Amino acid sequence: MALLFFREVAKSYGVVPVLKGIDLTVEPGEVLALVGENGAGKSTLMRIAAGLAPASTGTMLLDGAPAPGTLHEAERAGIVMVHQEFCLAPHLTVAENVFLGRELTRGLFTDRKAMEVKARALLAELGSDAPVRARLRDLPVSDWQMIELAKAFARQPKLILMDEPTAVLSATEAGNLFTRIRAFRKSGGSVIFTSHRLDEVKAIADRVAVLRDGQIVRVEKTSAISENEMAEAMVGRPLAEIYPPRRGAAPRKAFLSVTGLSAPGAVEDASLDIREGEVLGISGLVGSGRTELFEALLGLRPAKCRSFVLRGEERKLPAAREAWALKLAYLTEDRKGKGLLLAKPLDQNVALTSGAIAGAAWIDRRAERRDLEAAVERYDIRAGRLDVTAGALSGGNQQKVLIAKTLGVEPDLVVFDEPTRGVDIGAKQQIYEIIAGLAAEGKAIVVISSEMQEIVGLSDRVIVMRRGRSAGELSGDAITENDIIRFAMGLEEASPQEEASH
Amino acid sequence: MTDMTATTAGVAAASPGRSLVRLLEAAGPLLALILLMIVGSLMSDSFLGAENLSNVFTRSAIIGIIAVGATFVITAGGLDLSVGSLSALVAGMTIMFMNAAAATLGDGWLLVAAGIAFSLAIGAFAGFINGFMIVKGRVEAFIVTLGAMGIFRSVITWLADGGSISLDFSLRDAARPIYYGQVLGIAVPIIVLAVIAVIGELTLRRMRFGRHVAAIGSNRHVAFYSAIPVSRVRILTYVIQGLCVAVATVIYVPRLGAATPSTGLMWELEAIAAVIIGGTALSGGFGRIWGTIVGVLILGFISNILNLTGFISPYLNGAFQGAIIIIAVLLQRDRAQG
Repeated sequence: MALLFFREVAKSYGVVPVLKGIDLTVEPGEVLALVGENGAGKSTLMRIAAGLAPASTGTMLLDGAPAPGTLHEAERAGIVMVHQEFCLAPHLTVAENVFLGRELTRGLFTDRKAMEVKARALLAELGSDAPVRARLRDLPVSDWQMIELAKAFARQPKLILMDEPTAVLSATEAGNLFTRIRAFRKSGGSVIFTSHRLDEVKAIADRVAVLRDGQIVRVEKTSAISENEMAEAMVGRPLAEIYPPRRGAAPRKAFLSVTGLSAPGAVEDASLDIREGEVLGISGLVGSGRTELFEALLGLRPAKCRSFVLRGEERKLPAAREAWALKLAYLTEDRKGKGLLLAKPLDQNVALTSGAIAGAAWIDRRAERRDLEAAVERYDIRAGRLDVTAGALSGGNQQKVLIAKTLGVEPDLVVFDEPTRGVDIGAKQQIYEIIAGLAAEGKAIVVISSEMQEIVGLSDRVIVMRRGRSAGELSGDAITENDIIRFAMGLEEASPQEEASH
Repeated sequence: MTDMTATTAGVAAASPGRSLVRLLEAAGPLLALILLMIVGSLMSDSFLGAENLSNVFTRSAIIGIIAVGATFVITAGGLDLSVGSLSALVAGMTIMFMNAAAATLGDGWLLVAAGIAFSLAIGAFAGFINGFMIVKGRVEAFIVTLGAMGIFRSVITWLADGGSISLDFSLRDAARPIYYGQVLGIAVPIIVLAVIAVIGELTLRRMRFGRHVAAIGSNRHVAFYSAIPVSRVRILTYVIQGLCVAVATVIYVPRLGAATPSTGLMWELEAIAAVIIGGTALSGGFGRIWGTIVGVLILGFISNILNLTGFISPYLNGAFQGAIIIIAVLLQRDRAQG
């Protein structure tokens, strides 16, 4: 009998459906991988299975009985979830975190010694030697991930849900985790995990379910599907088609050259050239300093550099508002947190940045309305009515509003940070066309992305970041996923560029 | 697919039932005020008399002017608890300044003008210090202005040596018209409030500065990433608050001719209550000056009705204000989630 059984499970937030008709089973002792693009519904599905979010409709059974509806019931029934964002208390020790919520006690008091001994053993099983008495905030993120995992195994669950467990782990650490997962599977435990790394899915999962736009479009034994087939199932068409046609390589004029850029704790001694009419892709693992590099460059975080040459003229690093006035634009990866005022109407959002840079003291509301109408036309924003708030739009349309807002200042350089995060496939393709169109106009374009295919599909040149440094550079036909991963994982430290500068 | 559903969400938000709720929300404070006035006129014959109304408006003007400033601060996501104490401090220092300057400036309009300028300068400076500590020092507004509240209050108590600081009798005539004067039959404080409210409403709704204030209150990170000069605007809201307190104090001083350690006591409660009753979001992002003015009048009339009827002790006025502010925020909480 299946351990977990989903039939016709659906979930909507308000009227926006995020999951539709999900049928899924997980057998005892099985490792199931969920793959899909950002926004496909992987995390939501995991949250429903973990009792963190109720399904809107559908049947869910655990061991043949109705599945638990709350987090507490789920934990009691033997389901634990390892979140992508850490659910740990930074001020407590490692051992205290591992046993958070189910402390070992002796009489009235917690049994610190027993918890420390067990925490050490649990971590050792994961190949980690993190000090159990250290406070969490003093340890690096990769340790946090291991502690989160140890915490999950400490609960002796039947089913562990892992959301991107390897995103912040090194190859060795990921290998240790896989060994532990195999041992867990052997003892009858089941795992559902999500990953963007399809090679990992191949290596560890028994079966793979591909999600697209809230539906499961394909379920296969991992041995019966190739990485390429998985990727094509994710995007729903042959990969090549959604990207704009490549433009031929051409010598391009430098727009901005920076050397020796450092931002405390995030970027170390980075140097790069950004060229007119070129799409520069920035790849690297989460936490490798991609976003921070460009925030430092555009005055959004404290930084210093050896030289900053813009349009052929040497100057100092600009402050935030200065950068915008210099026509250097940054389109944030955090649409809801840093990009749009979700509670404000669309026209105010579109006018926000350009108004702050060059607006008159008095607001011309008619002009704002006209600008919105022009943006709706130009970027195909589908809002139905134009007087709704930004928060009422779907992710893809919000992203187009954000693009309209950012391009409203008519920038010469646009840094797109995760431009298609949480965006459905149709909008994605449109955003790629906008990006390619800007490059064709001669603008300097930077695309930061976690999606390897996006980087490969869009970029004329790629810089791979690792631990706050540029780990390598690729251009033209030499841009391949394999090489990007090798640089990102640190398998090939010395790039030609770095050798030259030494 | 998701595009389509988002469209229906937008349309649903504007369906007839929802828009009626919105209208009620938008006009709610005004309806409450009208209801209150009906209740007042039923309970007391003199309530709707010109003298009583003028009296309530004039007294409300002082809190009203302060509350206009508070609307800016709260819309930007801030809070200023120090307004009452600051008013006492400004009153005391201005009186001391005028008493001392009378020898050189005489006892005419020149002295009054200098007194006004002096108090505006103190108000603006105190507001700037508050804002600077909050924005650049990154201390929470609640803590900074709570501390400032204590500091201002104890400094005025010390200056007055526990007693009162009085404007010299010879100077009172010069200052008198500011509170007791009339232009076209309307009391000066009401005119000042009206002018400040109109300027405030236009600034908040029609000017770039007001847009930035609301954007910062709505989401400070978004504002920063949208090239809005966040620190400058936030500090300016506290300077505006300080200036408003100074203007209110200038009007208040001629009324009593003295400052005491209890001048301006609990004004922060009244001002913040008025702002919240008026529909400005306590968490920031949305503010309306006209709502604040309606809020001030609601508080003013409640106090007036208590005084006129003797039905409930006027000493419980503060309890009413406290309860109203909590209820207003309670109602706001549901609205924010809807």
